Amino acid sequence: MNALDQTLALAWRSLVQVRRNPWELGDYSIQPILFLVLFLFVFGGAIAGSPDDYLAFVLPGVIVMNMLFVTVYVGHGLNTDLTRGVFDRFRALPIPRWAPLAGRILADVVKQVLCIALLLIVGYLLGFRLATSFGHLLVMVLLVLTFAVAFSWVMVLVGVLARDPEHVQLFGFTALFPVTFVSSAFVPVETMPEWLQGFVQANPVSLLTEAARGLMNDDGAVAAPALASLAWAAGIAAVFAPLSVWVLNRRLARG
Amino acid sequence: MDNTIEVEGLVRDFAGTRAVDEVSLQVPAGHVLGLLGPNGAGKTTTVRMLATLLSPTAGRARVGGLDVVDEAARVREIIGLTGQYASVDEKLTGRENLILIARLLGMKRAAARARADELLADFSLRDAGHRPVQTYSGGMRRRLDLAASLVGRPRILFLDEPSTGLDPRARRDLWARVRRLQDAGTTVLLTTQYLEEADALADSIVVLDQGRVIAEGTAAELKARVGTRTLFLRLARADQADAAARQVAALTGSDPHVEGETLSAPVAEASLLPAVLRELDATGIEVAELGLRSASLDDVFLTLTGQTGSTDAPADAAGDSGEDAA
Repeated sequence: MNALDQTLALAWRSLVQVRRNPWELGDYSIQPILFLVLFLFVFGGAIAGSPDDYLAFVLPGVIVMNMLFVTVYVGHGLNTDLTRGVFDRFRALPIPRWAPLAGRILADVVKQVLCIALLLIVGYLLGFRLATSFGHLLVMVLLVLTFAVAFSWVMVLVGVLARDPEHVQLFGFTALFPVTFVSSAFVPVETMPEWLQGFVQANPVSLLTEAARGLMNDDGAVAAPALASLAWAAGIAAVFAPLSVWVLNRRLARG
Repeated sequence: MDNTIEVEGLVRDFAGTRAVDEVSLQVPAGHVLGLLGPNGAGKTTTVRMLATLLSPTAGRARVGGLDVVDEAARVREIIGLTGQYASVDEKLTGRENLILIARLLGMKRAAARARADELLADFSLRDAGHRPVQTYSGGMRRRLDLAASLVGRPRILFLDEPSTGLDPRARRDLWARVRRLQDAGTTVLLTTQYLEEADALADSIVVLDQGRVIAEGTAAELKARVGTRTLFLRLARADQADAAARQVAALTGSDPHVEGETLSAPVAEASLLPAVLRELDATGIEVAELGLRSASLDDVFLTLTGQTGSTDAPADAAGDSGEDAA
């Protein structure tokens, strides 16, 4: 058995957990659908004139928002392992030090793919039709996944710092809500006050959503926002991956 | 194969506090060593260093002939570790937990399943094997935890307060399992704050207090070291207890502990016994029962550390497991 198999076994474990935890499953599946439907029918008329016109605009936004929310579970799961002693059990086994983390993040990618697929299916049922090609859609998915992996490191840090799993969720969602809503994920940036627009335009959530919109709807620039969100992803990973590992090692050395 | 544990001058500091202070100990192959001490004595920190989870500040330790720092990865291949808290994934079933460990240890899928089923049967968890661990009782969790640390058939096993929080029946069951492992040749290092547990399981005992080894030897040696035996006296009439206490104090040189019609006092020599009986008889105090018992490990602990060790059953002390302020 090599390190890859061990990582896969650990990823399998994180995925089996979801099956046994209806709450988490609900967060992955019901919540994003609820958001999509609520935004569509409650705000759709006000923002875009009609729900039908709003669907193509909001679907990429909900996909990006849900991607961010799902990463919270990387931190949640890691914190659970740390506080319950499971992490120690893994560390006492002859496996690479990075395998438990890699397994979590890999499982997260699988969850992300399932969530995106689910939202696309629900979007289709609500009337969404792809204006581009399957290839464009695939690029959109890869872009979102790349950002998810990078952003997972932020949640790893939260998972290491938090006292218990509940605090990870509390802090994670509390921090993510303003970041997602002060973006162009749900509302066109032109409608916001001018002092806010600068922030919104620089927000990676906006950039990623705009790239996804371009890739799905063929209605805007793709390259610029896509490259900008990849730059953000690289920056986030460059800062948070080493920081998280450093803090994790400090926590483990505390005994 | 070298199944010994050798520890020499092991030190661990946490932010200026010395949690483990020059601990040295030896466990011969196939022996059970009891690391005995109160909360915060450094037991868990010692085990974590031996299990490669924590690096020592100073000193060295060899587990199975391998250095815990330089050869940590190889040490992990031959050890099993069961922590104070059941460190299994609560969301998985018992069987899935064991399969995961088996897979991580390099077993193929079929072999991993077979090993999991074997351990479930062995630990009376066959019926519960398909239920998530969060539905298990405390005793079942602990059994699964122990089973999880045995998946790879470790030659050397660390058990950190294995019976904390268990009811008396589950504790006896656990003890029987540890004895079976010992019979099979596994070297075991177990930490406990229960003297009864160390007495029941350990071939030899190391007493730890505030990070230091303050005594070591077999249970019998430790009891002998303290040197006193206890005089036990039960009177026919409780109202004569005070009079009897005065006489016992005069003879033994220390005030006896009086409880209703029973008295107990430490004595240096067995020859005092007839003298006590004669004196009491002469003053008309009726004796119902008189005897000597050798010092319990509790007495040993009291003498060595100046504080009372717990003779309570582990179940009575459930929850007070905040070992090693860290």
